[in-house]
Amino acid sequence: MPNRFPNVEKSIRVVLPKLGIDIEDLQGASCCPAPGVIRSFSEPTWLALASRNLALAEAAGHDILTGCNGCYGTFKEALHVVHENPERLKEVQRILKSVGVKYEAKADAKHLVEIIYNLGLENLRKKVTRPLNGLRVGTHYGCHLLKPTKLRPWKQTQKYTFLDELVEVTGAESVKYKEKFLCCGAGGGVRGSNVPVSIDIAREKLDNMIEAGAECIVDVCSFCHLQFEMSQPQLNKEIGDRYHLPVFYYTQLLGLAMGIDPEELGLHKHVISTDALVDRFL
Amino acid sequence: MPDSTTASKDILMGDISRETIRSADIDPTFVDKIVAAGADRIRTCIQCGTCSSVCPSGRRTAFRTRELMRKALLGLKEDVLSSPDLWLCATCLTCLERCPRQIKVTDAIIIMRNMAVKEGFMLPQHRKSAQKLLQTGHAVPLDDANQEMRRELGIVEIPPTTHSSEQALAQVKEIMRQTGFNALVEGEGAGAN
Repeated sequence: MPNRFPNVEKSIRVVLPKLGIDIEDLQGASCCPAPGVIRSFSEPTWLALASRNLALAEAAGHDILTGCNGCYGTFKEALHVVHENPERLKEVQRILKSVGVKYEAKADAKHLVEIIYNLGLENLRKKVTRPLNGLRVGTHYGCHLLKPTKLRPWKQTQKYTFLDELVEVTGAESVKYKEKFLCCGAGGGVRGSNVPVSIDIAREKLDNMIEAGAECIVDVCSFCHLQFEMSQPQLNKEIGDRYHLPVFYYTQLLGLAMGIDPEELGLHKHVISTDALVDRFL
Repeated sequence: MPDSTTASKDILMGDISRETIRSADIDPTFVDKIVAAGADRIRTCIQCGTCSSVCPSGRRTAFRTRELMRKALLGLKEDVLSSPDLWLCATCLTCLERCPRQIKVTDAIIIMRNMAVKEGFMLPQHRKSAQKLLQTGHAVPLDDANQEMRRELGIVEIPPTTHSSEQALAQVKEIMRQTGFNALVEGEGAGAN
């Protein structure tokens, strides 16, 4: 997030304190590392580096908060691996100890959306001073926020609604569209190694959203965010100029509804301009 | 017309071209290794195809998760590990959720990918990401444009990550040395693909 979307990071830093949530930077953190690529190359490396990040949070006396589904998946799964396999924990502890890091696998990982949802919809509604009435949103959950369902805090269902509820608390409408829970197509190293397949998955999602009348996308993951921001111009070049859905990260949408200056939310730094939509509510 | 003559001769002789799995291509220990690495229910696969039917990559390519599971069970190690198809899984985890035998399909794919990388099969773009992680502690390091954006947005220009701490970066590099990531990405045999 800090290296790819400083504008989204800015919105998180501006919005969370206004919701009464204090955040502290994880000093010296590395890449989570990515669950699709790095875990696919070397699972032991992935586990050791993820555990180091968790150990930093543990030392600071906190849980890890992440705004990215990929990081969330990595931390949740890395905790599961060491909790289920004492010998893996020992191995990781041995490596971390050799670089002076203590690790007990005690800190948990939370997604930003989890924290915001737990504040309660009524409390959030009270913060809304600029309702986004009439805005039609294509809500995108992403994969690793929800799956594996056994390792996630959400009540298991075939049809999640928590993010739609969070979108609608702003006054916007979260439209029903075909296959809302379809992948964005970026993960697993596919975006990195096979761009045509990757953006064709994004195209399918975009078509489904557009067909349902969505005017913008709301996501909660830096990689999904990249996929929707970058694949639309690519698709426009390749198959005709028809993809112009502005891509909001959730805290940008919420911040806008809370009356925060759009520039404070980094909304002027998007690949696909958000100006026309934002201007409707100023 | 030498071609048609040959073709009709083949038909007459009943010499139908077919794919033969040779015993030499089967490594019976392959599936044992996948099981040992955590995909413990893979042997219960009934080839129902649920995994393929929900796969977003499979919708638009010839990638078939079911075929991959079957080949793994048969022990067609080289075939599986050398195939670029192994890298078409977007790790969306839908197959893992839907498998009626509760096979951790995505885990099995990740395990096979780890094996592939060990054998030197790594796509060039993936190697680049891995090299960036080795050098900076991030698979996607901070670039000039985003550093500039951070400055304009009034947030700390260099994030308080391994990017701004030599000690943290040294730790991360040492961890990767110990787990063999350096050797895997940069070492002898790397670049075989």
